[in-house]
Amino acid sequence: MDVLAKKSPALLLGNQAITRGALEAGIDVVTTYPGTPASEIADSFSAVAKYLKSQKKDPGFYFQYSVNEKVAVEFAAAASICGLRSLTCMKHVGLNVASDAFLTYMYVGCKAGHIIVTADDPSCHSSQNEQDNRIYSKLAHAPMFEPSDPQEAKDMALEGFTLSEKLKIPLLLRTTTRVSHVRGPVTLNPLKKKKTTKGIFRKNPLLVTVPAVARQLHSVLLEKMDEAAAISEKIPFNYIINHGGTKGIITSGPSYGYVRDVINELHLECKILKLGMTHPLPKKLCKDFLKSCDEVIIVEELEPFIEEQIRAIAYDEDVKIYGKGAGHFSRLYEYTPDIVAHSISEIFHLKHKTSSDSPKVKLPARPPVLCPGCPHRATYYAVKQVVPKDTIFPTDIGCYTLGNAPPLKIADYLLCMGSNVGTACGFSYATEQKVVSFMGDSTFFHSSLPGIVNAVHHNNDCVITVLDNRTTAMTGHQPHPGTSKSGMGENIRMLKIEDVAKGLGIQHIEVVNPTNIEETKKAFIRSLRYKGPSVVVSRAPCILLIVSNKRKHGKNIIPYTINQHKCTQCKICINKFGCPAFFLEGNQVKIDKTLCTSCGVCQQICPSNAIEKEGNHE
Amino acid sequence: MNKTSIVFAGVGGQGILTAANILGKAALEANKKALIAEVHGMAQRGGAVECIINIGDVYSALICNDSADVLVSLEPVEALRQLSKIKKDRLVITDINPVIPPSVSLGIDTYPDLEDVFKEIQEKCRLIKIDALGLAIQSGARIAKNMVLLGALADTGLLPFLPQLLLKTIQKNLPSRYMAISEKAFDSGRVFLKNNNYVE
Repeated sequence: MDVLAKKSPALLLGNQAITRGALEAGIDVVTTYPGTPASEIADSFSAVAKYLKSQKKDPGFYFQYSVNEKVAVEFAAAASICGLRSLTCMKHVGLNVASDAFLTYMYVGCKAGHIIVTADDPSCHSSQNEQDNRIYSKLAHAPMFEPSDPQEAKDMALEGFTLSEKLKIPLLLRTTTRVSHVRGPVTLNPLKKKKTTKGIFRKNPLLVTVPAVARQLHSVLLEKMDEAAAISEKIPFNYIINHGGTKGIITSGPSYGYVRDVINELHLECKILKLGMTHPLPKKLCKDFLKSCDEVIIVEELEPFIEEQIRAIAYDEDVKIYGKGAGHFSRLYEYTPDIVAHSISEIFHLKHKTSSDSPKVKLPARPPVLCPGCPHRATYYAVKQVVPKDTIFPTDIGCYTLGNAPPLKIADYLLCMGSNVGTACGFSYATEQKVVSFMGDSTFFHSSLPGIVNAVHHNNDCVITVLDNRTTAMTGHQPHPGTSKSGMGENIRMLKIEDVAKGLGIQHIEVVNPTNIEETKKAFIRSLRYKGPSVVVSRAPCILLIVSNKRKHGKNIIPYTINQHKCTQCKICINKFGCPAFFLEGNQVKIDKTLCTSCGVCQQICPSNAIEKEGNHE
Repeated sequence: MNKTSIVFAGVGGQGILTAANILGKAALEANKKALIAEVHGMAQRGGAVECIINIGDVYSALICNDSADVLVSLEPVEALRQLSKIKKDRLVITDINPVIPPSVSLGIDTYPDLEDVFKEIQEKCRLIKIDALGLAIQSGARIAKNMVLLGALADTGLLPFLPQLLLKTIQKNLPSRYMAISEKAFDSGRVFLKNNNYVE
């Protein structure tokens, strides 16, 4: 297992490096809710725990997939105050969910070190927005590290616990996709060998944030941040690389790597101020750097977080500053070496030319799609057969969001995790249209329960669909409260979605297997007739789990094929069902044997019975 | 600067990450630095995927256009999609078997004529076309296409380590139940390259 490697350096993903750093620090408690690009941090802890347990060894830490990010932070905050080193990891929007706990947690503080990892996603590779969570560090008064590569990710995770313990507040470790999902060499320290231990809770009135206490704690927090600012001046993560000259570049995160490669390529003589601890900024270090330069470029992705502070620091300095404020860099999307090279060469009048991205031949778009054999497609197909034409489909965060693509086009409104139900209630009030909302099984538990209570309490007429594929699929198949295994591989109590819905007061509940199209259609017809909120649990395992299970047991996946004598080229399989395994060769409909997962649902939708299981397989 | 950049392209699910990981581990075995930009999450669900493997003196995992030394693609159109990344006159190795995107089946997009795709690649680079799917099927599994292409890449002389090290890394890191297939597929890629008298 890469994370437990003994031979140094090891090739680790940025996320695995964070796990490694925490293991070297002797982590006690890890909590998370999975989300790209953060997932592999927690998944690595889960894999380590399961592996060590299978070797009859004590993993030395407790790990859980929590129901959502807020609960994950709360759980770990309690562990930390009892003296257990904790780490909580999430994607950037997860910190929005946890923010209510997080902001006041900064007042209360921690005892054992607690690192909260936020993995941001500039360019929205797998996200609904590209918010810059560094701003949370200012809002909450949290000290923050920003690694540039896997090595730094590990070093900062290791060092973060010490700093958090020194300041007695949690530390924000902020990565982006291009740190979390970059694999690189990481120099290892020995793993801290320890047993799973319990802490002790000592009562203290300052842990109860009634207004009088909160007022006191706010000023304590500001004092802690003064201490953090002094540390930031000295910490080795903030440093200057001096190649001479009077030109300077200030940078952080993955932009640092682009800057290094680009100045090599441009043969540019300059100094670099590399910032690894970006909140609080080392003001004196920054000021001294500014004094030594005539011109300074600030290279950071997304918001001008460093730039605005540098401009304030440089107020009475005679130095020209270039960045987003001067219009040379964008606040949008992740940077690339080309973007950085282009702007630096423009500012310093150097030459940089590369060919354009787009070839002359027009290429077909290839966005991500629902997998061949995905049970969500079967549910969506059945729903579209039975709903009135102007039905509104509020959707949610997960694989099923991909139902927005043609031909299904079954996603009309999306904000965030759990928003399907709240918005369904709103649409049912605001219009005379039918409303059928969709969410996944993990999303149901994460943040949809209050929405359902609201729907029941106010009797909003909507069909609430839970696409239960028995896993948190999009982020890499993590368990959730509707499944029966913990992140440490233990058997734990499974909550049945239909029981929870009933407990919340839903009176019309259907449970159906979507791979049976006719039964699924009937279930939705009944639910649409019901006046008031109804829940349909559409339950069939993720096809990727089925396929990998078959492969594991050496079973062949026998693809389906089209009997060309029977096929009438009606193309329902392509134009209505839209499984990506179907394609046209001339006028003939065919099935791509590599893509077909042998789910067989297409057999039910073909009016000519032209789809058959292949006789002679590989 | 001593640096080799390899771009691996294809469609999510074709085993690009596995191939990239093998290259990175082999580089470390050869005492070289490696930085790999990977794609995880939503983009893996059947979308266009590219993975950049940088070996040598590098600080960033992403690269400028016109700076990769070799482009390997598991799908012909995806090779052309990444062509801007590679230096002029360098090598492109691609499988010849199209994976038709749903947008094409639906008539929203068209899949270009492969002759046009290959022609445009050849205007910038040298091109090796390989029936990797066919060789993978002969080796025992369609999914072993990535190993066929790794085999072909191994013998180009473009990698800063020997083919034998790559094979050893495969043997050390891939599941044993597929090892016979993986080895066969890797070897078939190497043989293909030799039979086509390709010398860098």
